[in-house]
Amino acid sequence: MAEPWEDEEQGPVRKFMYVNRRAPYGTIYALESLEVVLIAAAFEQDVSLVFLDDGVFQLKKGQDTAAIGVKNFSPTYRALEGYDVEKLYVEQESLEARGLTADDLVVPVQVVNQKELGDLMAEQDVLLSF
Amino acid sequence: MLHTVNKSPFERRTLDSCLRHAQPDSAVLLIEDGVYGAFDGTAITGKVKDAIGNFKMYVLGPDVRARGMDESHVLDGITVVDYEGFVDLVAEHDKVQAWL
Repeated sequence: MAEPWEDEEQGPVRKFMYVNRRAPYGTIYALESLEVVLIAAAFEQDVSLVFLDDGVFQLKKGQDTAAIGVKNFSPTYRALEGYDVEKLYVEQESLEARGLTADDLVVPVQVVNQKELGDLMAEQDVLLSF
Repeated sequence: MLHTVNKSPFERRTLDSCLRHAQPDSAVLLIEDGVYGAFDGTAITGKVKDAIGNFKMYVLGPDVRARGMDESHVLDGITVVDYEGFVDLVAEHDKVQAWL
Protein backbone atom coordinates (compact mmCIF):
# COMPACT_ATOMS: atom_id res chain seq x y z
CA MET A 1 0.00 0.00 0.00
CA ALA A 2 1.32 3.40 -0.94
CA GLU A 3 2.22 5.83 1.80
CA PRO A 4 0.09 8.98 1.75
CA TRP A 5 2.93 11.07 0.40
CA GLU A 6 3.42 8.62 -2.44
CA ASP A 7 -0.19 8.95 -3.57
CA GLU A 8 -0.02 10.13 -7.13
CA GLU A 9 -3.42 11.77 -6.96
CA GLN A 10 -2.76 15.51 -6.62
CA GLY A 11 -5.20 17.52 -4.54
CA PRO A 12 -6.78 20.61 -6.04
CA VAL A 13 -4.46 23.59 -6.41
CA ARG A 14 -5.40 26.18 -3.82
CA LYS A 15 -4.65 29.88 -3.63
CA PHE A 16 -2.20 30.75 -0.84
CA MET A 17 -1.36 34.34 0.02
CA TYR A 18 1.48 35.31 2.35
CA VAL A 19 0.72 38.64 4.01
CA ASN A 20 3.88 40.50 5.07
CA ARG A 21 3.40 43.52 7.32
CA ARG A 22 6.66 43.81 9.29
CA ALA A 23 9.96 45.57 8.67
CA PRO A 24 12.85 43.17 7.96
CA TYR A 25 15.28 43.17 10.93
CA GLY A 26 13.54 44.44 14.07
CA THR A 27 11.59 41.18 14.39
CA ILE A 28 11.95 37.67 12.95
CA TYR A 29 8.63 37.76 11.03
CA ALA A 30 10.04 38.73 7.63
CA LEU A 31 12.72 36.04 7.59
CA GLU A 32 10.29 33.40 8.89
CA SER A 33 7.81 34.26 6.14
CA LEU A 34 10.49 33.88 3.51
CA GLU A 35 11.55 30.49 4.92
CA VAL A 36 7.96 29.22 4.87
CA VAL A 37 7.40 30.48 1.33
CA LEU A 38 10.51 28.62 0.11
CA ILE A 39 9.49 25.39 1.85
CA ALA A 40 5.88 25.58 0.71
CA ALA A 41 6.94 26.27 -2.89
CA ALA A 42 7.60 22.50 -3.18
CA PHE A 43 3.85 21.85 -2.93
CA GLU A 44 3.03 23.52 -6.25
CA GLN A 45 0.15 25.64 -5.07
CA ASP A 46 -1.00 29.00 -6.44
CA VAL A 47 1.20 31.24 -4.28
CA SER A 48 1.28 35.01 -3.97
CA LEU A 49 3.13 37.33 -1.61
CA VAL A 50 1.81 40.68 -0.56
CA PHE A 51 3.76 43.43 1.17
CA LEU A 52 1.90 46.17 2.99
CA ASP A 53 2.36 48.47 5.98
CA ASP A 54 6.00 48.12 7.18
CA GLY A 55 6.28 44.94 5.10
CA VAL A 56 7.19 47.11 2.10
CA PHE A 57 10.53 47.81 3.82
CA GLN A 58 11.47 44.13 3.33
CA LEU A 59 11.95 44.81 -0.38
CA LYS A 60 13.98 48.03 -0.06
CA LYS A 61 17.02 48.09 -2.32
CA GLY A 62 20.53 48.59 -0.98
CA GLN A 63 20.33 46.73 2.33
CA ASP A 64 23.79 46.32 3.88
CA THR A 65 23.70 44.48 7.19
CA ALA A 66 27.47 44.04 7.61
CA ALA A 67 27.62 46.43 10.56
CA ILE A 68 24.69 44.94 12.50
CA GLY A 69 25.89 41.34 12.29
CA VAL A 70 22.79 39.70 10.81
CA LYS A 71 22.23 38.09 7.43
CA ASN A 72 20.92 40.29 4.63
CA PHE A 73 18.15 38.13 3.20
CA SER A 74 16.81 40.68 0.72
CA PRO A 75 18.58 39.06 -2.32
CA THR A 76 16.41 35.97 -1.72
CA TYR A 77 13.33 37.83 -2.97
CA ARG A 78 14.99 37.90 -6.39
CA ALA A 79 15.31 34.10 -6.30
CA LEU A 80 11.59 33.48 -5.74
CA GLU A 81 10.95 33.44 -9.47
CA GLY A 82 13.09 30.28 -9.66
CA TYR A 83 10.64 28.60 -7.27
CA ASP A 84 7.69 29.60 -9.48
CA VAL A 85 6.67 32.23 -6.94
CA GLU A 86 5.96 35.06 -9.35
CA LYS A 87 3.03 36.99 -7.90
CA LEU A 88 4.40 39.77 -5.74
CA TYR A 89 2.01 42.55 -4.77
CA VAL A 90 2.90 45.77 -2.95
CA GLU A 91 0.34 48.19 -1.59
CA GLN A 92 0.58 51.66 -3.07
CA GLU A 93 -0.65 53.50 0.03
CA SER A 94 1.99 51.80 2.18
CA LEU A 95 4.77 52.80 -0.22
CA GLU A 96 3.60 56.42 -0.37
CA ALA A 97 3.36 56.79 3.42
CA ARG A 98 7.00 55.69 3.66
CA GLY A 99 8.32 57.91 0.87
CA LEU A 100 9.03 54.92 -1.41
CA THR A 101 8.17 53.95 -4.99
CA ALA A 102 8.39 50.66 -6.91
CA ASP A 103 11.82 51.83 -8.19
CA ASP A 104 13.16 51.53 -4.64
CA LEU A 105 12.47 47.79 -4.50
CA VAL A 106 14.80 44.83 -5.19
CA VAL A 107 12.32 43.00 -7.44
CA PRO A 108 9.68 43.92 -10.02
CA VAL A 109 6.30 43.92 -8.27
CA GLN A 110 2.70 44.68 -9.07
CA VAL A 111 1.66 47.79 -7.17
CA VAL A 112 -1.99 47.62 -6.09
CA ASN A 113 -4.18 49.97 -4.09
CA GLN A 114 -6.04 49.09 -0.90
CA LYS A 115 -9.27 48.23 -2.68
CA GLU A 116 -7.52 45.95 -5.17
CA LEU A 117 -5.59 44.28 -2.35
CA GLY A 118 -8.78 43.66 -0.42
CA ASP A 119 -10.25 42.01 -3.51
CA LEU A 120 -7.13 39.83 -3.94
CA MET A 121 -7.32 38.74 -0.31
CA ALA A 122 -10.98 37.82 -0.70
CA GLU A 123 -10.12 35.51 -3.63
CA GLN A 124 -7.68 33.38 -1.59
CA ASP A 125 -8.27 29.95 -0.07
CA VAL A 126 -5.59 30.41 2.60
CA LEU A 127 -3.99 33.55 4.06
CA LEU A 128 -0.78 33.24 6.07
CA SER A 129 0.14 36.30 8.13
CA PHE A 130 3.61 37.47 9.12
CA MET B 1 18.54 62.47 29.46
CA LEU B 2 19.12 60.32 26.39
CA HIS B 3 16.04 58.66 24.93
CA THR B 4 16.30 55.74 22.54
CA VAL B 5 13.44 54.66 20.27
CA ASN B 6 13.66 51.27 18.57
CA LYS B 7 10.17 50.77 17.07
CA SER B 8 8.91 51.83 13.65
CA PRO B 9 6.86 55.02 13.94
CA PHE B 10 4.57 53.70 11.19
CA GLU B 11 3.54 50.70 13.27
CA ARG B 12 3.78 51.78 16.90
CA ARG B 13 3.26 54.91 19.00
CA THR B 14 6.63 54.61 20.72
CA LEU B 15 8.16 57.72 19.12
CA ASP B 16 5.04 59.76 19.93
CA SER B 17 5.23 58.69 23.55
CA CYS B 18 8.91 59.56 23.71
CA LEU B 19 8.42 63.00 22.18
CA ARG B 20 5.50 63.77 24.49
CA HIS B 21 7.56 63.03 27.60
CA ALA B 22 11.05 64.17 26.68
CA GLN B 23 12.19 67.47 28.20
CA PRO B 24 13.79 70.28 26.17
CA ASP B 25 17.42 69.44 27.05
CA SER B 26 16.95 65.84 25.96
CA ALA B 27 18.60 63.90 23.17
CA VAL B 28 16.61 61.38 21.12
CA LEU B 29 18.45 58.57 19.33
CA LEU B 30 16.59 56.48 16.75
CA ILE B 31 17.85 52.87 16.55
CA GLU B 32 16.74 49.55 14.98
CA ASP B 33 13.28 49.97 13.38
CA GLY B 34 13.11 53.42 14.96
CA VAL B 35 15.41 54.69 12.20
CA TYR B 36 12.48 54.67 9.74
CA GLY B 37 11.36 57.88 11.44
CA ALA B 38 14.44 59.84 10.29
CA PHE B 39 13.62 60.38 6.60
CA ASP B 40 12.21 63.08 4.41
CA GLY B 41 9.09 62.55 2.31
CA THR B 42 7.15 60.23 4.62
CA ALA B 43 3.77 60.46 6.35
CA ILE B 44 5.48 61.35 9.66
CA THR B 45 8.12 63.78 8.37
CA GLY B 46 6.19 66.80 9.67
CA LYS B 47 6.00 65.42 13.19
CA VAL B 48 9.72 64.60 13.21
CA LYS B 49 10.64 68.04 11.86
CA ASP B 50 8.77 69.55 14.81
CA ALA B 51 10.76 67.31 17.16
CA ILE B 52 14.05 68.45 15.59
CA GLY B 53 13.19 71.96 16.74
CA ASN B 54 12.72 70.77 20.32
CA PHE B 55 15.37 68.10 20.89
CA LYS B 56 18.81 67.04 19.75
CA MET B 57 18.02 64.21 17.34
CA TYR B 58 20.32 61.37 16.28
CA VAL B 59 19.97 58.22 14.15
CA LEU B 60 22.19 55.13 14.20
CA GLY B 61 23.97 54.76 10.84
CA PRO B 62 24.52 50.97 10.89
CA ASP B 63 20.76 50.45 11.35
CA VAL B 64 20.01 52.89 8.51
CA ARG B 65 22.36 51.06 6.13
CA ALA B 66 21.09 47.60 7.16
CA ARG B 67 17.62 48.64 6.06
CA GLY B 68 18.78 50.05 2.72
CA MET B 69 17.63 53.51 3.64
CA ASP B 70 19.45 56.43 2.08
CA GLU B 71 21.55 58.48 4.50
CA SER B 72 21.28 61.45 2.14
CA HIS B 73 17.53 61.48 2.83
CA VAL B 74 17.94 61.77 6.59
CA LEU B 75 16.19 64.97 7.66
CA ASP B 76 18.35 68.04 8.17
CA GLY B 77 18.95 68.45 11.88
CA ILE B 78 19.21 64.72 12.61
CA THR B 79 22.83 63.66 13.18
CA VAL B 80 23.91 60.23 11.91
CA VAL B 81 26.11 58.46 14.48
CA ASP B 82 27.96 55.14 14.48
CA TYR B 83 28.34 52.77 17.44
CA GLU B 84 31.14 54.90 18.92
CA GLY B 85 28.82 57.88 18.73
CA PHE B 86 26.12 55.87 20.49
CA VAL B 87 28.57 55.12 23.33
CA ASP B 88 29.54 58.79 23.52
CA LEU B 89 25.87 59.82 23.80
CA VAL B 90 25.30 57.34 26.63
CA ALA B 91 28.42 58.61 28.42
CA GLU B 92 27.47 62.28 27.98
CA HIS B 93 24.01 61.89 29.52
CA ASP B 94 23.25 61.09 33.13
CA LYS B 95 20.47 58.61 32.25
CA VAL B 96 19.11 56.61 29.35
CA GLN B 97 15.45 55.93 28.82
CA ALA B 98 14.81 53.18 26.29
CA TRP B 99 11.35 53.50 24.69
CA LEU B 100 10.66 49.89 23.68
